[in-house]
Amino acid sequence: MAENPEGWQPRILAIICNWCSYAGADLAGGARIQYPPDVRAIRVMCTGRVDPLFIMKAFTDGADSVLVSGCHFGDCHYLEGNYKAAKRMFLVKSLLKNIGLDDRRLRMTFVSASEGAKWAKVIEDVVNVTRELGPSPFNREFGELKELV
Amino acid sequence: MAEAVSPTTSEKSKAPRIGVYICHCGTNIAGSVDISAVEEYARTLPNVAHVDNYQYMCSTPGQGKIEESIKEKGLTGVVVAACSPRLHEPTFRTATKEGGLNPFRFEMANIREQNSWVHMHDREGATEKAKDAIRIAVAKASLLEDLYPKSVPVEHAAMVVGAGVAGMQAALDLANAGIKTYLIEKAPTIGGRMSQLDKTFPTLDCSQCILTPKMVDVGRNENIELMVNSEVEEVEGYIGNFDVTIRRKASGVLSPKEAEARGIVGGGCTGCGDCVPVCPVTKPNPFEMGMAPRKAIYIYHPQVVPLLYTIDWDSCVKCGLCVEACGEKKAIDLEMQDELVKVKVGTVILATGYELFPIENKEEWGYKRYENVITSLEFERLICASGPTGGHLVRPSDGTTPMRIAFVLCAGSRDNTGIGKPYCSRFCCMYSLKHAHQIIEKIPGAVPYLFYMDIRSFGKAYEEFYYRIQDEGAKFIRGRVSNIQEDPKTKNLYVYAEDTLLGRPMELEVDMVVLAAAVQPTDLTNKTRKLFGVSCSQDGWLLEAHPKLNPCGTTTAGVYLAGACQGPKDIPDAVAQAEGAASAASIPIHKGEVELEPYYAMCIEEKCAGCGMCVNLCPYSALSLVEKDGRTVMQVTEAKCKGCGTCGGFCPGGAIWMNHFATPQILAQIDAFLIGGEQ
Repeated sequence: MAENPEGWQPRILAIICNWCSYAGADLAGGARIQYPPDVRAIRVMCTGRVDPLFIMKAFTDGADSVLVSGCHFGDCHYLEGNYKAAKRMFLVKSLLKNIGLDDRRLRMTFVSASEGAKWAKVIEDVVNVTRELGPSPFNREFGELKELV
Repeated sequence: MAEAVSPTTSEKSKAPRIGVYICHCGTNIAGSVDISAVEEYARTLPNVAHVDNYQYMCSTPGQGKIEESIKEKGLTGVVVAACSPRLHEPTFRTATKEGGLNPFRFEMANIREQNSWVHMHDREGATEKAKDAIRIAVAKASLLEDLYPKSVPVEHAAMVVGAGVAGMQAALDLANAGIKTYLIEKAPTIGGRMSQLDKTFPTLDCSQCILTPKMVDVGRNENIELMVNSEVEEVEGYIGNFDVTIRRKASGVLSPKEAEARGIVGGGCTGCGDCVPVCPVTKPNPFEMGMAPRKAIYIYHPQVVPLLYTIDWDSCVKCGLCVEACGEKKAIDLEMQDELVKVKVGTVILATGYELFPIENKEEWGYKRYENVITSLEFERLICASGPTGGHLVRPSDGTTPMRIAFVLCAGSRDNTGIGKPYCSRFCCMYSLKHAHQIIEKIPGAVPYLFYMDIRSFGKAYEEFYYRIQDEGAKFIRGRVSNIQEDPKTKNLYVYAEDTLLGRPMELEVDMVVLAAAVQPTDLTNKTRKLFGVSCSQDGWLLEAHPKLNPCGTTTAGVYLAGACQGPKDIPDAVAQAEGAASAASIPIHKGEVELEPYYAMCIEEKCAGCGMCVNLCPYSALSLVEKDGRTVMQVTEAKCKGCGTCGGFCPGGAIWMNHFATPQILAQIDAFLIGGEQ
């Protein structure tokens, strides 16, 4: 971690579903569970909505990590959107490897509406892993390949 | 790159002018976020035409600011940076509408639940995050379009799943309000847990005496269609139009109505019971907690509604003796098959109740190892006049009357060992007090010992009841029972605990131990909730839409909760919630129509290659392929689409436009976050 460039703060995008993970994140807020402020969340109705394009766009825009979070399997408000999203994540992870990105930069988690504490733990974990990996090569300010983007 | 406007937008909208409103929420937000720095920053963002802040944006003056400035500044979109959209999105959509804009031109930036409250000690981090959140929201608001909710008619019928006291009350209320109500029960009779109880606290009313009139009312009510031996199999549709498939399990016995339908005149089960003595199979009766026998053809108890016998297929040997005994009534059909029944209802109430936690998992108390350790429900049956012993409390080991009885409260409740349940089961304190009273009343000289952590007598006239039992001579020992040992000869039990008020360990020899076992959701609750898309808490209790302000609703529109399926509840609480749920469930039905969120998918036909991948992905069969102008394109049935966007997340050609969550809108949010909104 000591090798990380000075002034760099992880830039992490979270795409989270309205019914479980967004509600879980709200619950963490209500309970005042503290976690690092490095994640920016975008709300979709279901993780099934997450187009691989969104994740690739985030990485080409310089995101250091992307988190996709939905309902537990079997709990999806739309029956099975989270399964389909999870399957797509494998595809995107292999794409990331192909372009030379560590696939730990993409993470899918399952946080229910009653798991505020788990949400905080997920964020802490994602931030820690990102700090361990350092800035993404495509990070617009600190990345090794910033001239390319 | 996807189109920036939806297929239904005919003209390119004018340049966006966005108003940004930042809420202090008292000090809830302002305490951790530098509001003036965020406001200054918001002014520099592209498309922002107006920025304001206020103590409480949700207040009438706060909303007034939005309404006025939309008109004054000619805004095309509104961003409020405040709490969660799950809380106040409807409020600000209304304000946006009052200001003359389409309500869907509103976007919320969550800077409270997901910012100021979780970064309370990092003002700089929280302020930067708030700036980003507003930038992201402005980017989306700049691309939002007018949307119009669809009104759909509501079926004038409701369904209640579970016919315990809560389900029965909800069904009666709905039916008495003139709504056709399907009451679904997995057991062969309605009545639920309450029908197993002897007395009810604190009034000591006989449970059956107050319940059976309700059961009869349910059975007789013209608007209630009772379906026992039934489970929900499949659910399709949405609020107003749920298509529910119910599996009516073969009971092997025809009701008079069913017999008539088969052309058997004057036949069908009359509940005479002639079939029972001839049946050669004997099994434990689950209604009596296995402490009394029943035949393979049986009823739970004499007051069942509907009064129809049922065959237990697991134990029936199909000898046919019952068929002979039934004779001319021809009520028994040993070849009966399960039946799938489809009904259409507007709203649904889940009332699936509770069951006892398997207390044998707490091995230190020896349940199922020691004969004289019983659960509270077994005690209810043993003390009940209509129970297996006619109300004479006896020891299971030798049939003698116990004189010293220990009650273990919080048995598996308030238990953080990982074996039991962390929550309070809420009614065990009170029924244990009632049990103590019943012992003192029925067995002269008998002494109940209550091992408790705290006596939680919180309800109306409950604390008074507690004092009464103290005066009657029950012994209270504040301490948790650590271990129970059986004397193998006498089958008496040695209870070990620490008396925490005296601060010393104690040992007590008793004749019988009653475990006030924790409660948990029933086995079918999880399956049923998934069919209706209802969430649950970590303990498996069904999750209400809001713990304080919407305790009967769920996140699935049109599905409501009643009774202990939502959390442990005593009878008055369960009935009260049932009445609340019935009232909530009747509102859309009486209104006759509901508005659906217009988040459905649309096909951008020029881009659609007609590959049909999306058709297979849709869990609601809302998509289909059609021929149009000589080529194949996808078509959305809007009423079926629930707006999950699974199709839009996959479409390889970017040919699906998800209203309010369209690809260009989401990409704009991502760009806004990472590269500042300018491409």
